[in-house]
Amino acid sequence: MDVFEYAPAPESRDAVRLRASYGLFVGGEFTGGGGAPFTTVEPATGEPLAEVATADAADVDRAVAAARAAQTAVWGPMPGRERAKYLFRIARILQERSRELAVLETIDNGKPIRESRDVDVPLAAAHFFYHAGWADKLGHAGFGPDPRPLGVAAQVIPWNFPLLMLAWKVAPALACGNTVVLKPAETTPLTALLFADVCRQADLPPGVVNIVTGGPGTGRALVAHDGVDKVAFTGSTEVGREIARTVAGTRKRLTLELGGKGANLVFADAALDEAVEGVVDGAFFNQGHVCCAGSRLLVQESIADEFVERVKARMATLRVGDPLDKNTDVGAVNSAAQLARVTDLAAAGEREGAERWSPPCALPEHGFWFAPTLFTGVAGAHRIAREEVFGPVLSVLTFRTPAEAVAKANDTSYGLSAGIWSEKGSRTLWVAERLRAGVVWANTFNRFDPAAPFGGYKESGHGREGGRHGLAAYLDV
Amino acid sequence: MPDRGRGCDAEPLFVFPVARGPSAAAPGTDVVAPTSLGDAGTVSTETRGQAELRALLRGLPGVDRVGAEARAARLAARSVKAAAKARAVDLAISMVDLTTLEGADTPGRVRALCAKALRPDPGQPDVPSVAAVCVYPDLVGAAADALAGGGVGVASVATAFPAGRAPLAAKLADVGAALAAGATEIDMVIDRGAFLAGDYLKVHEEIRAVRAACGAAHLKVILETGELGTYDDVRRAAWLAMDAGADFVKTSTGKVAPAATPPVVLVLLEAVRDYRAATGRAVGVKAAGGIRTTKDALRYLVLAAETAGRDWLTPDRFRFGASALLNDLLMQRRTLATGVYSGPDRVAQD
Repeated sequence: MDVFEYAPAPESRDAVRLRASYGLFVGGEFTGGGGAPFTTVEPATGEPLAEVATADAADVDRAVAAARAAQTAVWGPMPGRERAKYLFRIARILQERSRELAVLETIDNGKPIRESRDVDVPLAAAHFFYHAGWADKLGHAGFGPDPRPLGVAAQVIPWNFPLLMLAWKVAPALACGNTVVLKPAETTPLTALLFADVCRQADLPPGVVNIVTGGPGTGRALVAHDGVDKVAFTGSTEVGREIARTVAGTRKRLTLELGGKGANLVFADAALDEAVEGVVDGAFFNQGHVCCAGSRLLVQESIADEFVERVKARMATLRVGDPLDKNTDVGAVNSAAQLARVTDLAAAGEREGAERWSPPCALPEHGFWFAPTLFTGVAGAHRIAREEVFGPVLSVLTFRTPAEAVAKANDTSYGLSAGIWSEKGSRTLWVAERLRAGVVWANTFNRFDPAAPFGGYKESGHGREGGRHGLAAYLDV
Repeated sequence: MPDRGRGCDAEPLFVFPVARGPSAAAPGTDVVAPTSLGDAGTVSTETRGQAELRALLRGLPGVDRVGAEARAARLAARSVKAAAKARAVDLAISMVDLTTLEGADTPGRVRALCAKALRPDPGQPDVPSVAAVCVYPDLVGAAADALAGGGVGVASVATAFPAGRAPLAAKLADVGAALAAGATEIDMVIDRGAFLAGDYLKVHEEIRAVRAACGAAHLKVILETGELGTYDDVRRAAWLAMDAGADFVKTSTGKVAPAATPPVVLVLLEAVRDYRAATGRAVGVKAAGGIRTTKDALRYLVLAAETAGRDWLTPDRFRFGASALLNDLLMQRRTLATGVYSGPDRVAQD
């Protein structure tokens, strides 16, 4: 009998027209940048994709000035119901151009097309739809009868969900009457620049959305700029600290969504097949490049051996490879630098005595790849149990009682996410009340909705994005 | 394009300690550790008590409805194209139990169906035969004559199909008549009323009695999952049937909606996978009712491959109970071979 092997099912690259070089988007126009251009690379192959302009201090100045002018003259005074029309229009265009956006996101980021097609792009559109609905109802959001916008928002976003993080930042800012200057990550600038085209297609007034590309220097210049009223950052805790220091003592409002070391707590009475699915998805979704990833598995000791065997069996069915193949589950690591970091932390796990396991898995020769990896025998003191790996690496720890599960889950400097797997509702509620994490999922993981606020405790940051609570970050309240 | 990985699609390898099995987690189940189910590869001949069965079935891990449906939906997005699709279509044809279960069935109708079962598409001589023809007991003789020597099985529903509401003696007589007329496979229904009333022992003993009556014939046990209501009970009914000696667990009679659905088949595939890990015995799965298109069939094959494992991709371990499905598979096969969609007039409507 023939082996049931899927034939390659690649999504067509023709869905997107890549240009050789990209500029900044300032005041409604694409312009050059003053800094030395940089190259964005396709993670799956290591090949260069396009040259992108770097914004220097003068470009950032121009962008902030354009945003200020638009905020004062057009966007701020515009009635909410009119702003809503633009946001609805953007949301619809995102849906109409979803295939183009998904393919570009996959090429630039390395994530599987299944995820960019089924998660990133639909959720980005959903965030615009949701916040379009708020734009004319801000007086009913619980912040007084007529809450005012903050002004110009500087937004710095990461490379793990480039378009989705843009939507999380831009949609609420615009709905509340702010204008924005957004800096996408250096390794993934392309969907933000395609979004600029979406803004033009939607006839968004010039200056309401400005996009400046570049490296850390551009980000620093933007965050430190005097003309900025609000700074919103998603990324590493290390950079978040630097931004907090820069902003300290100024009038600028700050929200930070930083790292995490999420735990999945699996109790002996859990629905095991679905718990396995959730644990594997929690750890390997988007190659583990997820701030709220369930990178720690805390499993009750009485079922630990059996459960880990089930997790391994499921990991062996993960399909790693060409991100554009519709049957791929795990794509490429985003950059050489990130691959080096993941490789280093995994090596540290082995040195510290944890047992490393990966399914048999042929990785492509070119590009940045890391096989899904599981560590057992992990102790709470190991680096792989404490530091954010931000890669496809899952650390397994065990617990004996619910109290111990809570103590171990909370034993981290982060506090972004947690998952509880149990068929017993009273236990789920008892545990959830005691977890210090901004998001607690029960019998599911990595489930996002624009109406649900998202954010962290402790070193995972402060402020919330999404839902009514997320509006507070962009209103003068 | 530069070379890229083929992927981590290695065979799932289950190596549970047999002494623990999937019920190890739940309290109170250690008295029925699956070692007592019998030696690897054989069926238990011990009689079980009601309490023992309850402990076994209620000790199984639960099924989270949302998670199971999400998993089935995600696997439905797998893309099976080109050469893989051509192989899968032929595989699906070889797994069909070509079924007619109507009050208006006649020997002539059954003979026509048997001819189609043996040579599904005379225009394409390399099309494989289907796995079996499935009829009511009184038409088994006609089917057995028509299929003689052709390598296609004669399956018969029995045990007061579809409701199963008859005394055990009548059910056994039904089975005996089908076997005497030449049936090689028996599709029995379980007593859903007894199962829902918690009388697991009655269901277990009925299956064991039919199992004993079947002798060398293949026994498929129809759970009628549309009447069980929850995935938890689908899992319990599957374990009950496997423990009582079923060769196959089958979703539905086709007379109750919903019949086979992807999440139900997912739960059955998980059950046969775990049962083999615990006992060493491999049980088949038959998805029956409501499967009409090639697309649906391929989705079930993907579910089987990625849940139970690729060694379930054989007619000995996976079947489709269907009538309309075969024609769609044949049309898709012609389309793949010729590049032109030929339309329903090119395949026999039997």
